[in-house]
Amino acid sequence: MCLAVPGTITQILDGYAQVDYGGVSKQASTRLFKDAKVGDRVLVHAGFIIQILDKDYGYELEKLIGETMGFTNADEV
Amino acid sequence: MQMRYRIEDIKKRINELAGGMEQITVMEVCGTHTANIHKYGIQELLPDNIRLVSGPGCPVCVTDHKDIAAALSLVDQENVVFACFGDMMRVPCGDRSLYSLYESGKDVRVVTSAMDALQIARDNPDRQTVYFGIGFETTAPQTAALIEAADECGIRNLSVLSAHKTMPQAIRQLLGNGSGIDALMCPGHVATIIGAEAFDFVADELKLPAAVAGFEAYDIMAALLCILNMLKNGELKCVNMYPRAVTRHGNKEALSLLYKVFEPCDAVWRGLGEIGGSGLGIKSQYKYFDAMHRFDIRPADIKEAAGCICASILCGKSMPTDCVNFGRGCTPDRPLGPCMVSAEGSCAAYYKL
Repeated sequence: MCLAVPGTITQILDGYAQVDYGGVSKQASTRLFKDAKVGDRVLVHAGFIIQILDKDYGYELEKLIGETMGFTNADEV
Repeated sequence: MQMRYRIEDIKKRINELAGGMEQITVMEVCGTHTANIHKYGIQELLPDNIRLVSGPGCPVCVTDHKDIAAALSLVDQENVVFACFGDMMRVPCGDRSLYSLYESGKDVRVVTSAMDALQIARDNPDRQTVYFGIGFETTAPQTAALIEAADECGIRNLSVLSAHKTMPQAIRQLLGNGSGIDALMCPGHVATIIGAEAFDFVADELKLPAAVAGFEAYDIMAALLCILNMLKNGELKCVNMYPRAVTRHGNKEALSLLYKVFEPCDAVWRGLGEIGGSGLGIKSQYKYFDAMHRFDIRPADIKEAAGCICASILCGKSMPTDCVNFGRGCTPDRPLGPCMVSAEGSCAAYYKL
């Protein structure tokens, strides 16, 4: 039930965003994230946008993993 | 995106960290984690001394018999359209379920969003639409949005049966003392709403390392790596390993709406019993939309199916394969207990994957 799907907003009208999921487009409510705007990469759960996804996520997660790995250079892995 | 570290690298590091450790049990409390851990074969990637167990994270599984019985009683009412997520349809309650009532001709409709119930109410002005609100902090704000919209639009033929619950109180009760659990993988999308900081208590009060985890194989392995690293170094923190979707303080707009409509109340969890302040009751100013207030129902007192150990499985004390009914009398096609119903239930995940 906590499954959420990432998509990209293509249009916003009357409290609903049109979200593109790689070719499939569906409406999602912006009530839980009113600042969402066209072009945002968002996380949609059961018809509601619940978060704007961080575009630098790869870097952040890698940094966290790197700290845990104890390495600072991928070559050391 | 191409990641710098491969899953193979993370697996190797986990194996290095686990070497020399005692048996470690990590609990997750999210149905989607349960399903994806099985789907991606995560347990098979881990060394033998690292065990993953599922806690009370599947909303369908933790919904108490009395709440299911109340739902069935509401469907029995004259002139009611009952709307719910598909996961709830086949949860058995005695010899009945929402699906069996649907098959018998009752108007039970599967929705994929709470807001679908608003449209059903609009389309059926002469009938009462009842929406079954289940789930944790991820879904509860959506039910709040439904009630707010019904109130603002003057839709009076809609009400909500709320079985919503909040996660922190259940974790406190379950992992408080002598649980045998060594660390917690925190639910990523609950944390999207309530923020990573809401799980700090796991480290601060319960003295267990914790990591907020996403749902891809990579996310889950990264969270496990983080947890093992903390166990190895004796660190007690809750680390946000799902930074692309979880912030420190969560989604304030969703939280604000949630507590505009709901207030904490005591709630009964299957397997855990009653936990003070772990439920979400509809506030008095929105009482009009509370189905338990609008309808005079007396749900039947239904007992668990004989031999069903869902309650023990939900506490991480038993594995699905410990149940005498598993795969025999209880299968996804003919479930006896709730953990076999939803794809996110432990038993269904074990059975299918």
